[in-house]
Amino acid sequence: MKTSPLAAAGLVVVRDLRLAFRKPSQLMQPLVFFLIVATLFPLSLTPEMSRLRDAAPGVLWISALLSSLLALEFLFREDAMDGTLEQFALSGQSLTWMLFAKTCTHWLFTGVPLALAAPVAAAALGVPGEAMWGVVASLALGSFALSLVGAVSAGLTLGARRGGVLLSLLTLPLAVPILIFGARATELAITGGDLAGPMYLLGAIAVLGVTLAPLAAAAAVRIGLE
Amino acid sequence: MLKVSGLHLWRGDRHVLRGVSFEGVPGKCVLLTGRNGAGKTSLIRVIAGLLEAEEGEVSWRGQSTRADRHAFHSDLSYLGHEPPLKGDLTAQENLRFLVGIRRSVSAAEIDAALSRTGAKAFSDRPVRMLSAGQKRRVALAGVVLSQAPLWLLDEPTTNLDADGQTLVCELINEQLSRDGLVVAAVHHAMALPESRLIPLELGAA
Repeated sequence: MKTSPLAAAGLVVVRDLRLAFRKPSQLMQPLVFFLIVATLFPLSLTPEMSRLRDAAPGVLWISALLSSLLALEFLFREDAMDGTLEQFALSGQSLTWMLFAKTCTHWLFTGVPLALAAPVAAAALGVPGEAMWGVVASLALGSFALSLVGAVSAGLTLGARRGGVLLSLLTLPLAVPILIFGARATELAITGGDLAGPMYLLGAIAVLGVTLAPLAAAAAVRIGLE
Repeated sequence: MLKVSGLHLWRGDRHVLRGVSFEGVPGKCVLLTGRNGAGKTSLIRVIAGLLEAEEGEVSWRGQSTRADRHAFHSDLSYLGHEPPLKGDLTAQENLRFLVGIRRSVSAAEIDAALSRTGAKAFSDRPVRMLSAGQKRRVALAGVVLSQAPLWLLDEPTTNLDADGQTLVCELINEQLSRDGLVVAAVHHAMALPESRLIPLELGAA
């Protein structure tokens, strides 16, 4: 009996999570990178908590952005190299759907841990305890949008031999709106304002990403497989 | 059943496939031969739809493969140069995924296929610890399990020992007896009955 799209997506999620936990170093690298970069700022900027708190949204978001770029490199590369991506394309399932499942799993083991670890870095930057949920929520939503946008660039750079730099060049401009609204949401959380506005906009970007990014990623991957 | 007509493919400024045409019928094996670089792999990838040819058409069951890609791909099992296996997963886990995304498959079925290809003994080890030939046996089990009527095999005997080469011939024979169709690119002669072969030499001109 032919596998239903939902069951196929489930298999992708289970396989990728299993692979991620068998290779924990790959899982930890972007996370540790994020924490180190974010905690370098208090050391280099100023020990004064009030000034650090002002810089915190920008610091957190730029660290998160750079760390997610690091993680994006692993999104499709290994599957492309060992031929599993070809098998995705030839499985009779929609490649768009399969890549969407893969991107969501990627977010589960890169974006979610990053958002959950963010309070550690935020505390070092003098962010008050009551603002933490806002920091976590904005980073979780923002990193989801980043994963989706990044999936397109990761697909496009599959054919490039040294795709790392190209990947950053392609992703960073597209990530600017996410950075702006994400940092704004974090800032509002820290200053005790209402962060609904920027969160809605982040959500809108994520929805747009869910709709368009997998289609574009599938088209890019097909070209990359040639 | 599989009809390839007038395929022309350029790779950069090289004209790799110059009007390749053939027709594959159930129970026959199209054997692609030719020197290195003659375009065997390219032809297989064009048929699978991984490469876009500049000219010509591939049709399956009387319909262009581009018309309904998913239906065609459901009928097709492709094995390229590299066995599409994850090094950190065992053979069992790899096949459960590879075959699972195509059709529902039970652990017993996977075990049976692994025994058939002589890969049962090492099926619980991570694939990265296997030799190239052992990996190929695992990948071949995946092809058998796919139950696809059309097999596209690119150098299926690479890295296999004498037993393995015989195994590939047996598997192909079984597929042909089921009225399946095989397109295989090979370097060595295959011990297959003459009557079931459709030989096609590429790059001869």
